Amino acid sequence: MHFIVCIKQVPDTTEVRIDPATNTLVREGVPSIINPFDENAIEAALQLREKHGGKVTVITMGPPQAEQALREALAMGADEAILISDRAFAGSDTLATSYTLARAINKIGDYDLVLCGKQAFDGDTAQVGPGLAEHLGIPQVTYAIDAQIVDGRLRVKRLLESYFEVVETPLPALITCVKQMNEPRHAGLRGVMKARKAQIPTWTAQDIEADVERCGLTGSPTNVIRVFPPQRHRAGEKLEGDVEQVVQTLISKLREAKVL
Amino acid sequence: MAINIYIDPDKCVGCKLCLGACPYGAIVVEEGKARFTEACVLCGACVSSCKFGAIIWEQPKKEEVDTSQYQGVWVIAETHDGRLAEVTLELLGEGRKLADTLDEPLSLLLLGNGVEPLASVAGHYGADRVYLVEDEVLAHYRTAPFTDVAVGLINKYKPSIVLIGATSMGRDLGPRIAARIGAGLTADCTGLEIDPQERLLRQTRPAFGGNIMATILCRHARPQMATVRPKVMKKLDPDPGRQVEIVREQVSLNEKTIVTKIVEIVREEGDEQVNLQDAEIIVSGGRGLRAAENFALIRELADVLGAAVGASRATVDAGWIPAYHQVGQTGKTVQPKLYIACGISGAVQHLAGMSSSDCIVAINSDPNAPIFDVATYGIVGDLFEVVPALTKALKREFGQQ
Amino acid sequence: MDFAFTEEQQEIFAAVKEFCDDVLKPRAREVDEAGEYPWDNVRQLGELDLMGIAIPEQYGGLGLGVLEWAVVGELLSAACTTTGAVYGAHMLAEYPILQFGTEEQKQKYLRPLATGEKIGAFGLTEPSAGSDAGNVQTRADRDGDEYILNGSKIFITNGGDAEIYVIIANVDPARGTRGLTAFILEKGMPGFEFGKNEEKMAYKSLSNRELIFNDCRVPAENILYKEKGGFRVAMETLAVGRIGMAIGAVGLAQAAYDAAVEYAMTRVQFGRHISEFQAIQFKLADMATDIECARLLSYQAAWRKDAGLDFEKQAAMAKVFASEACSRVCDQAVQIHGGYGYTKEYPVERYFREAKLFEIVEGTSEIQRLVIANRLLKEAKAK
Repeated sequence: MHFIVCIKQVPDTTEVRIDPATNTLVREGVPSIINPFDENAIEAALQLREKHGGKVTVITMGPPQAEQALREALAMGADEAILISDRAFAGSDTLATSYTLARAINKIGDYDLVLCGKQAFDGDTAQVGPGLAEHLGIPQVTYAIDAQIVDGRLRVKRLLESYFEVVETPLPALITCVKQMNEPRHAGLRGVMKARKAQIPTWTAQDIEADVERCGLTGSPTNVIRVFPPQRHRAGEKLEGDVEQVVQTLISKLREAKVL
Repeated sequence: MAINIYIDPDKCVGCKLCLGACPYGAIVVEEGKARFTEACVLCGACVSSCKFGAIIWEQPKKEEVDTSQYQGVWVIAETHDGRLAEVTLELLGEGRKLADTLDEPLSLLLLGNGVEPLASVAGHYGADRVYLVEDEVLAHYRTAPFTDVAVGLINKYKPSIVLIGATSMGRDLGPRIAARIGAGLTADCTGLEIDPQERLLRQTRPAFGGNIMATILCRHARPQMATVRPKVMKKLDPDPGRQVEIVREQVSLNEKTIVTKIVEIVREEGDEQVNLQDAEIIVSGGRGLRAAENFALIRELADVLGAAVGASRATVDAGWIPAYHQVGQTGKTVQPKLYIACGISGAVQHLAGMSSSDCIVAINSDPNAPIFDVATYGIVGDLFEVVPALTKALKREFGQQ
Repeated sequence: MDFAFTEEQQEIFAAVKEFCDDVLKPRAREVDEAGEYPWDNVRQLGELDLMGIAIPEQYGGLGLGVLEWAVVGELLSAACTTTGAVYGAHMLAEYPILQFGTEEQKQKYLRPLATGEKIGAFGLTEPSAGSDAGNVQTRADRDGDEYILNGSKIFITNGGDAEIYVIIANVDPARGTRGLTAFILEKGMPGFEFGKNEEKMAYKSLSNRELIFNDCRVPAENILYKEKGGFRVAMETLAVGRIGMAIGAVGLAQAAYDAAVEYAMTRVQFGRHISEFQAIQFKLADMATDIECARLLSYQAAWRKDAGLDFEKQAAMAKVFASEACSRVCDQAVQIHGGYGYTKEYPVERYFREAKLFEIVEGTSEIQRLVIANRLLKEAKAK
C-alpha cells in the first residue's frame, strides 16, 4: 500500500498581528510547525502502514524552508518526502494549491490513499483536500475520525456536527483527518537523526508538468483585497467586591438582562 | 467560453462505463465511440468514470469567462430529518439582501428525496425560486452525486453567486464543486456584501484563528462561491404568504455507479452528545483550571444552570477534556444566550468561537486577560473561589423558586 | 571555546523537549501521587530511543555522548523528576557494561538496555555500606563455574522493575574494597529476590527496593571486568552517575524557577504583579544564577568525559553544587508562591520535596566534598 500525506507548514501560533503601517502580516520570529491536523494525517498513515505494509510518502507545496516540515514528518517515520516548490506557485489559493498537489501526486503515480489534515491552522479553509480529490478524480471522505482498510476497501468513520457517519469507498481515495482521530506520535531520536540526513527532492512546476496558468496567483480565482484586525466588542462591566457580593451582583444582573 | 467537455476518440474504447455514470442520459456510444448528446449539462460526473482518460474536461482560463452570462444568487440547501437546516434559512436571509442589491433572483438548490414540501418553506424565508431535484440516491448527502447534480445545474443556469453553509456538508461539497468548475470559493465567511461599483461579492472571513479578517474578491471566475459560517447571518421572519416558483429538474442517478456507501449512522448517548451549538447556556473552562479533575467545578456550575460544558483549546490540547467540548476557531462556534468563561484568558482563537454570544461572563485572575475585552460582566478573581460560590448561590436562588 | 550546541544537538533536544511538554509534564503530578512505577513513561523513553543515547549504535544505542545523555536527562528531570530518575539509574547499569563488559556481555545485556526493551539498575548501597562503599557485606563465594551470592542491597533505584542488574559483592571481605567484584544479574535468577519498596518523602512512584541474595547462583561469565575489580567498576560508574545527578538537579531547579517566574508575573498583590517587587526580583536573579552555574559545571563535566579528559573532580563539583543549588532554588520557589506554594495546587511543593534527594544519593554532599578535596590535594602535591 502506498499512502501519500499532504502537509502544510504553518506558523506555530495564530497570534499574528497586522502591521498598521504596511497593512501586512507580522510573522517574524514565529517558529514554523507542521499543521497540527496534518500530524494526525501522518499518524493515520503510519498506523495504516504498520497494519498493511507499504510506504508513506509526505509531500508539501511551499517555499524551500518548508523542507523542515518534511524532515519532521520523516522523523516521525515517513519513508519519503517530496517538496513541491516553484516561484510559479506563489500566491496560490486553495484551487491552485489542490491543482498543483494533484499534478505532483499524478507524477508519483501509484498510490492507494491520500491523507490530508482537516484544515490548515492558518487559513482554516478545509478546501484543499476535497479540491485535490476532485482533481485526482477519486472519492473523498472528509472529517475522518477513524479509517480502516477492510478487504481492500476504505471504511471511514466521519465526525459530523451531531453524529458519526460510517462510509465505505473503494481505493484509491482521499481522506481528511480530524484531531480526535489519533494522538500523533513523537519523533524518536533515531528518526530525528535520520531525517536530518535524508535527501528531499524538490519538484518544480516543470517537473510535475503543471500548466502554470493554473498555478499560483494566475491560477487562483480568489484574491485577498484587504486584511484588517477583527473588531473587538467594547469592554463590559467589571464586578468588584468580595466573592459573595460579586456573585450576588452577577446573578441579579443576569436576571435583569433576562439571561437567567 | 465556459467549461468544455469532449471525448478523445483515440483513447475511447467504447466500453460504455460512462453511460451509467451520466445522471442525464447524455452519452451515447456509436460506432464504438462515446459521444455527448444535447442533453449534456456539463456536470462532469462521467470524467472520473472513464478508465482510459478519454473524457477531457477543460476549465476556461479565467479571462475567458463571460461573467455577464452569470445572474442570480443561489443557496445550496442542507436538510436534516426532513427539515431545512438553520444555516440554509440564514443563507436565504443573507442571500435575499444580496439578490435585492443586485436586483437579481434568489434561488435555492434543493437536492434530496421527498423534500418537495421544503420548497414552500424556502419561499417563506425569502427564496424566489427553488430548483428541485429528487432522487433516492440523494436521500442522504454524499459527495459524488451532490457534486454531479449541483455542477450540472450551475453550468446550466449560471448563477453569479452560490452560497453554502460552512458545515461538514457544505465544506465537503463546496470545494469539490469549485474544483470541478474552476470557481473561486471562499471558506467560512462571516460577512458578505455587494461591491457597489463592480457588483462583485465581497467575502469577509477570519483567518489565523480569527486574529485577522480578510476580504476576498473573485473577479473573473464564476460563480462566486462562498461557504458561510452558521449562526452568523440572520434568517428572515417567515412570511407564509410568500410564493415560490418550483423548477423540477430530472436526473437519472444510478446507485450502482455511486462508489461511496453509507454503512451506518452512529449517534452516541450521554456526555458524548454535547451539542454545544444548540445550548442556550455554556460554561467553559480554560487553562486556569490547572488540572483535568478541576473541570468538576465547571460541570457543577453547568448542572445547576442546565448548561453545556465548553473548553478552551489549551485544555483540550492538555488532554483534560475531549475535543468535542472545544469552543473556538478550530473547535465550535457558539452563540448561546449566556457564556460563562472560567479561567479562560481569551486567546483570539477562542474569542472567534464565542464572542457573538448574547451575554458573556468572564472569571479570571488576570485583570489584563483579553477575555475581559469581550465580557459583558467581568469578575477578576480566583475561579476556585468564585465558581463554587456562584454554583452555591445559584442553587440557593433556584431552590427558592 | 564554544558553548553552542550543534544543529543536530538542537534538533534532538527540541524533539525531547516536545515530548516532555506534551507527555511527561502534564502527568508529573499524577506520577508523583500514583505510587506505581511509571511504566507508560518508561516504555515511551524506549520508543523514542532515549534509553541508549550514549551507547554505540552497534549495541543498539544512538552513538552519542555523555553530554547528549546529560542534556536529555536535564529535560526529563525538569518535566518529571521521577521519570528522570529512572533514566539516570538505567545508565548506571548500561555504563559499566559498556565500559567493562565483554563483547558477549554487551550483546546480551547492553543491547536490550540501550533499546529500552529492558530496564537496568545498579546495586552497591547496603544497610551498612552507604558512604562507606568499601564495607559491602554481600558475599560472593566461588563454587566451580558459579558464584554464590548472599546478602542484601537497599534503596536500589529501579529495583524490582529492572531486569538487568549490576551488583557489587565482595569475594574477599578481609581485603575490603580490594575484594569487591561486579556481577551482572538478571531478574528471575534463583535466589535473587526483592524486598519492600521504601516509603519516601517524595518519588512515591519510583522503585527503591531492597535486593536480597539468598544463595543466588551467578555464572562466572557474568563477572563484569574481573574478579576483585569491582571497586573500579563502582567508582567509574558513580563518577558518570554524578553527572546524571547533577544534571537531574539542574532540570528540577529549572522547573521550579520557571514555575516561580510564571507565578510572580501573574500574582497580584498591593495592586501589582509581585514580579515588580525588588524582593522577588532579587530572588529570581539568585535562582537563575545558581542554575546557570550548576548547568555549566555539569555540561563541562560531561564534555570532559566525552573528550576523554579526567572528569571525576568536575563531576563531583557539579553534583555537590547542582544539588545544593537545586534545594536553594526550590526553597525560594515555594517562598515566592507564598501560601499557595505550600499547597498541592502548585507543583513547587513537590519540587521542594524532590530536591532534597539530590544532596543525598549517589554520594552525599559530604562525600562529594571529600572526593573534590582528595583530588585537589593530590593535584597540589603533584606540582
